[in-house]
Amino acid sequence: MKSLIQKLVETPSPSGYESQIRAVIRAEIESYVDEMKVDALGNLIARKGQGSKNGQKVMLSAHIDEIGIIATHVDENGFVRFTTVGGVRPLYCVGGRVRFLNGRIGVIGVERTEDPSKIPAIDQMFIDLGFSSRKEASVKVGDIAAFERPFTDLGDRLVSKAMDDRVGVAVLIETLRQLKDTPHQLFFVFSTQEEVGLRGATTAAFGVDPDLGLAVDVTGSGDTPKGMKMEVGLGKGPAIKVRDGGMLSDPRVVDWMVRTAEKAKLPYQLEVLEGGTTDAKAIQLARAGVPVGCLSIPTRYVHSPSEMVDYNDVQNAVRLMVALLSQPVKLG
Amino acid sequence: MSMDKPMNPYRPIRIGAAQVRLLERLCNACAVSGDEGEVRKIVLDEIRPVVDEVKVDALGNVLAVRRSSGQIPRLGVMLDAHMDEVGFMITHDESDGIFRFDTVGGIDIRQLAGKPVWIGRDHIPGVIGAKPFHLTEVKEMESPISLETLRIDVGPGSTKVKTGDRAAFATSFLRVGPSLRAKALDDRLGVAILIELLKNPPPSVDLLAAFSVQEEIGARGARVAAFAFDPDLAVAVDSTPANDLPSWDDSENVAYNTHLGAGPALYVADAGTLSDPRLIRHFMQTAEALEIPYQLRQPGSGGTDAGAIHRQRAGIPSLSISVPGRYPHTAASITRVEDWQNTLSLLYAGLDRLTPAVLAEER
Repeated sequence: MKSLIQKLVETPSPSGYESQIRAVIRAEIESYVDEMKVDALGNLIARKGQGSKNGQKVMLSAHIDEIGIIATHVDENGFVRFTTVGGVRPLYCVGGRVRFLNGRIGVIGVERTEDPSKIPAIDQMFIDLGFSSRKEASVKVGDIAAFERPFTDLGDRLVSKAMDDRVGVAVLIETLRQLKDTPHQLFFVFSTQEEVGLRGATTAAFGVDPDLGLAVDVTGSGDTPKGMKMEVGLGKGPAIKVRDGGMLSDPRVVDWMVRTAEKAKLPYQLEVLEGGTTDAKAIQLARAGVPVGCLSIPTRYVHSPSEMVDYNDVQNAVRLMVALLSQPVKLG
Repeated sequence: MSMDKPMNPYRPIRIGAAQVRLLERLCNACAVSGDEGEVRKIVLDEIRPVVDEVKVDALGNVLAVRRSSGQIPRLGVMLDAHMDEVGFMITHDESDGIFRFDTVGGIDIRQLAGKPVWIGRDHIPGVIGAKPFHLTEVKEMESPISLETLRIDVGPGSTKVKTGDRAAFATSFLRVGPSLRAKALDDRLGVAILIELLKNPPPSVDLLAAFSVQEEIGARGARVAAFAFDPDLAVAVDSTPANDLPSWDDSENVAYNTHLGAGPALYVADAGTLSDPRLIRHFMQTAEALEIPYQLRQPGSGGTDAGAIHRQRAGIPSLSISVPGRYPHTAASITRVEDWQNTLSLLYAGLDRLTPAVLAEER
């Protein structure tokens, strides 16, 4: 599964421009699904299972986009000004590298600032692609880029600039492969534009019109020096979300997930996240409302070029997903 | 991106004196968000004779359909332009013709003092009074005037102004050579363009035109309009700022948003939408093939009705195309007739060249 994760995180696909990663995922899942389609916003929606009397229509969502940048101006000397796509943190930008969809790589530089102790704003930064004039520049206004940083395998811990949410995508793909039988009609949604406001999941959930929804995404952790106050830590199992900044999980869904994890003797943690949210919010609010939950992969340094997860958590997330989806669901 | 002007510019519909007169009526009408009746009446009068269906929905959007008799299958295209404008709402009657007010939509309070306004459906004249220079201390001049201290002064005796009335900037439309100066060019330019397209429709698509309400307070009208139409794709036609004056310190202006005179502005990304890349490509290729000047609006903040439209139902491929204008959301904005013309031309041509094949490939 590590090589799958590596393949997924090394495919650049910033929000709105997910065609490359979609092609990779399609090839990975083709032989495991009954039907696939791509909707108007670029969501890849794959169905597995016909459904049965005991089954439900379940939407599973992991987003395939990642944060990035978009060019706003190419100046007379060929430097590219940019703005952010999704929650890019200025703190992590300077000295970083980006890769435009045409393959061109640039480094992020910054204007000389009066107070070097202050974090510069994005509009004080620029991308240097090695051009020396506007004429020479093969990047134009509106061109989009993803951050560039190699995948690193530290053993149990894996590091990449796009664990959010390729690790969730990997969990869904692996679940599809391992799931032998299901009473449900499962809609695996590989959603777009999550990082700019859950846009793909919003329209996908309307289209699928599910009875039950689960998102698989990353969450933060509270296990680093003087880090944020949070119970979740790496290596203690996947996190069953109770709430985040935008959603309260359906308590019946939380109970079902906890029951299933305990029955399967899988490690899990309960997650309460103060800020941020996931596709589960969009699913919950679709049409007349949907019971939802979210399985999270604890992640350090989210939205930095080095997001870190624990491989055991990832594998246990797959095991829990398979256990959840193999049986009929009774929400108590 | 400006190009050399072609000898015989492509102009399927010409902006002439009649079009300018209609835009003048549209701009001089007052339609602050939530009270769009005056503009709606002009729109209905203009389009009723030419459309197949028209209705006013629960929020006040005008939804009009003009079907083509062209080839099948053909696409149903939602065209959107918002009828409302930024302005004010009267909040308290302080007697003697003095009224407290609030802003409606995005308005910079710093530029309000001293501006005349029209209040309510009868355009009662008033003014946002300012403390005279003689009595203002140097220190006061260094800080902005807060909304709490500003009042609209109508003068005593008028019984027609009441709490809840809207007020708009009192600026009459003016043509100055190649330019137009008016209030509410955002988005009466779009409204005027939609009316022209309904009157002279490109034959290859069905037009689903939404003259929307409440855009300036969060794209509320377009949201329900798009749900109702459920189109194959949508184009929001709006006006976008041109902040293209040279920098005060002669450095390169890198945050102009758009340039006046450089043609219609295609959106790649704003705070609400990542435009459908297939539609961006289609309209760029159309512009290049017909030598219609166009520019790419700088990606960044701001938004249009496309932000609400593309998220409706199972998703609607969407794009925004705007006429550039200086000083929008102030008492007087400025646009170029040439940009208006080229926006209309690009829309006509782009729509006419739209076939289901454009959306057949995946986004």
